[in-house]
Amino acid sequence: MAEPSAVFDESPEPQSSGDTLLRLENLSKQFPGTLALDRVNFDVQAGEVHVLFGENGAGKSTLIQIVAGVHRPSGGTIHLRGEQINIHSVHHARQLGVSAVFQEFSLVPHLTVEENLFLGDELTRGPILNKRALARQARETLDRLGFPLRPRDEVMYLSRAEQQMVEIAKAFRTRPNIMIFDEPTASLTERETDRLFSLIEQIKAEGIGIIYITHRMNEIKRIGDRITVLRDGVHIDTIPVEEATDQKLVELMTGRVIEQIFPDIKRNPAETLLEVENLVTAKHFVNDVSINVRRGEVVGLAGLVGSGKSDLGRACFGLERIMAGKITFDGDVVYDRAKHVNKLGTRRMLDRGLYYLPSDRRQEGLVMMQNVRENVSLPSLGLGKFSNRLFLRRNNERKVVRDIAQKLDLMPLNIERDLEHFSGGNQQKVLVGKSLVRDVKLFVFDEPTVGVDVGARVAIYEFIRDLCEAGAGVLLISSDLPEILHLVHRTYVMYRGELRAELDQSEISEETVLHHFFEKEDEA
Amino acid sequence: MADVAQQRPTALERAEYFATLIFVRAGVLPWFLIIAIIVFAITTDNFFSGRNLMQVARQSTYLIMVSMGQMVVLLTAGLDLSVGVMFALVSVITSMTMVGVWDGGEATTAAILIGCLAGFGAGTGIGVVNGIGVAVFRVPPFMMTLAMSSIVFGIALMITGGTPIYGMPDNFANVLGYGRGIGVPIPIWITIGFIILMYVFLNWTRMGRYLYALGGNLKASQLSGISTRFYLFMAYVVTAAITTIGAIMLTARLESGEGNIGKEYPLLSIAACVIGGVSLFGGTGRLPNVVLGAIFIILVQNGMNLLRISSYMQLVVIGILLILAVIADNYRQKLLLMLRD
Repeated sequence: MAEPSAVFDESPEPQSSGDTLLRLENLSKQFPGTLALDRVNFDVQAGEVHVLFGENGAGKSTLIQIVAGVHRPSGGTIHLRGEQINIHSVHHARQLGVSAVFQEFSLVPHLTVEENLFLGDELTRGPILNKRALARQARETLDRLGFPLRPRDEVMYLSRAEQQMVEIAKAFRTRPNIMIFDEPTASLTERETDRLFSLIEQIKAEGIGIIYITHRMNEIKRIGDRITVLRDGVHIDTIPVEEATDQKLVELMTGRVIEQIFPDIKRNPAETLLEVENLVTAKHFVNDVSINVRRGEVVGLAGLVGSGKSDLGRACFGLERIMAGKITFDGDVVYDRAKHVNKLGTRRMLDRGLYYLPSDRRQEGLVMMQNVRENVSLPSLGLGKFSNRLFLRRNNERKVVRDIAQKLDLMPLNIERDLEHFSGGNQQKVLVGKSLVRDVKLFVFDEPTVGVDVGARVAIYEFIRDLCEAGAGVLLISSDLPEILHLVHRTYVMYRGELRAELDQSEISEETVLHHFFEKEDEA
Repeated sequence: MADVAQQRPTALERAEYFATLIFVRAGVLPWFLIIAIIVFAITTDNFFSGRNLMQVARQSTYLIMVSMGQMVVLLTAGLDLSVGVMFALVSVITSMTMVGVWDGGEATTAAILIGCLAGFGAGTGIGVVNGIGVAVFRVPPFMMTLAMSSIVFGIALMITGGTPIYGMPDNFANVLGYGRGIGVPIPIWITIGFIILMYVFLNWTRMGRYLYALGGNLKASQLSGISTRFYLFMAYVVTAAITTIGAIMLTARLESGEGNIGKEYPLLSIAACVIGGVSLFGGTGRLPNVVLGAIFIILVQNGMNLLRISSYMQLVVIGILLILAVIADNYRQKLLLMLRD
């Protein structure tokens, strides 16, 4: 794929770098009950990547939503190129040249990539859609960005990463002055991330100002110019990237010193808990894979998005159709295609002591409109501590859940609060907490730290350590490289449904793992 | 709350904040009720008489029963349009069985019981079919229950030939329809009993909790080891069962079996739920509000009767109220999202 010369066709407006494009002064936002932003100052200059950094709930999202026209500020002023303005709506923001890529997708699942790209801005000839021009421009946009997407595919059949690309392409279609990225790499692979970063470098050179939200330290160093740290809606500091060490950022963000993000986990392997032999799932998302996990060890299952690593974890829980293979759990054969044994199923595997924590907490993990107590007890309501034959034992439930919430350091510590009012990191803690109520032998974590800030990340890692050292087995499914490098005792690497390697702690390094991530043929 | 106090808001701001909070928590119902009561208190003479209020309470019982049933399926993000024809079939089966079994002699209680059981079985049977269609064959609830209402209505008319059925034991109507205990009509006692039962069911049993979880996030419920198919099925059965009880009470009140009663209940029961703050998207809603929502609708009808507003006009008013309630529900969802940050 040829490197495109310019990201935008139109000749760039005269916009020399160093000019202040956007300035926010004393910006406040009051929501009923909470002050989300408290007199925050922030500015973006032409040709810079200004990173917004902070824990979930620090006010980053609120800030960019105000700039993008989703919310209106309760106080303070917004200046665009020195002129004070009010932003009335998302549409108005776009007209002013502010374009945003949000974390939550704004795509219509039943429409095609092409239709989504031009949604609300279709090219017409009179009252008729100019389909030929639309198709051509969609193709051009995608080629320019180097995204391997087919314009005619329906968005609903795309993977999360591909949907993310569509979302990004949508923002790149017109030429904005300011672009906002809200954790754009959350579901992208390394390669796609590289591609996105080179695009950002290019638009930077064209004098566009970029606001970039991320939790990932290495991204900040790769593309950031300045970093603004928010905490509890208050502006803490703005520093140039050269001064930003991991240590300093964590300190600014959390207000406390964290010696190390990855805890040292004692390895004490005992009997085998999970033994998967020659597993093949429907459509060959998992193709002839054998792995095993023992008590007292943390085993990684690494790979890119779509490598089949999640499918493998889900298959053990009975969520995927299996075509061939054998699964043994805690000494019992729970699945054997050859002998027609099938004892899989969520309820049954839960009762056996396997717990799968899904990666998508909104879609699969939690009931957002219910409170913490109801969510935590949901998988375990049948247990004696939560109900007798007829009725729920709600006092017990409250007690048990409150203990768990305390253990996980839930913020705020209110178990009657609805899940949707918690930050992403705290929602993740609740998801983890659901597994704590039961007697679990093997935990399968599927991307447990996606979209989670450093504070919650540390809490989750410590939690994994405690589980492992208490004698449980942990299977960590992850595409987060540092996690695989620093946390696990041994790891499997999957590539396109096949098992490519098993690496022991001593063999795990960035090169060895990455080598197997992509492997051999160098396809797009 | 503490944050707000630190900001030192004016009294007006605080009032606005609490008004918003009540709206977000309880929906439009408190506002609808207040407005209705003020309007009728001013425009009619005897709205507040004890007799009229008792009348409203008694008339509300049937709708309360259906609405509680409707709520169960709405919680799972479904709906039941066949609650109306349940009334028709139950009325017909109950009365025909009772008339058939009763020999005109002393064994009235037995005949009444058998009739009620037959009606209950027939009504609940509709729920079983609905449940199988929705949970097992994945027919969308809208289509399944709409089709069932056509099927069942047809059956009810075929059985009766369109004519009412008379000749049930007097005791049936005297007790279940017109009877009183401690000065309060029996249907009200029965309904109060079922309100308590449903409250316990929804809030203190596993299945109640699962219904909320199912509608809130089906996938998460499934991953939490809940048999989503079974509980979805059961939701339709429970809806039918409680609706059937209401239908038996109405049959007793009418003293006849009729194949064309209950037409208004699908709309009215959904209206009562939505006005009571049950989300059409599933997962949220409180029983006391639904009961109040049903009472509110009957209250409005009663007030309009006192004002001699034509029954045609009443249909228009009820429809408008339902649309307003849905608009308010949407707005409430938006507020909820805003409050989330």
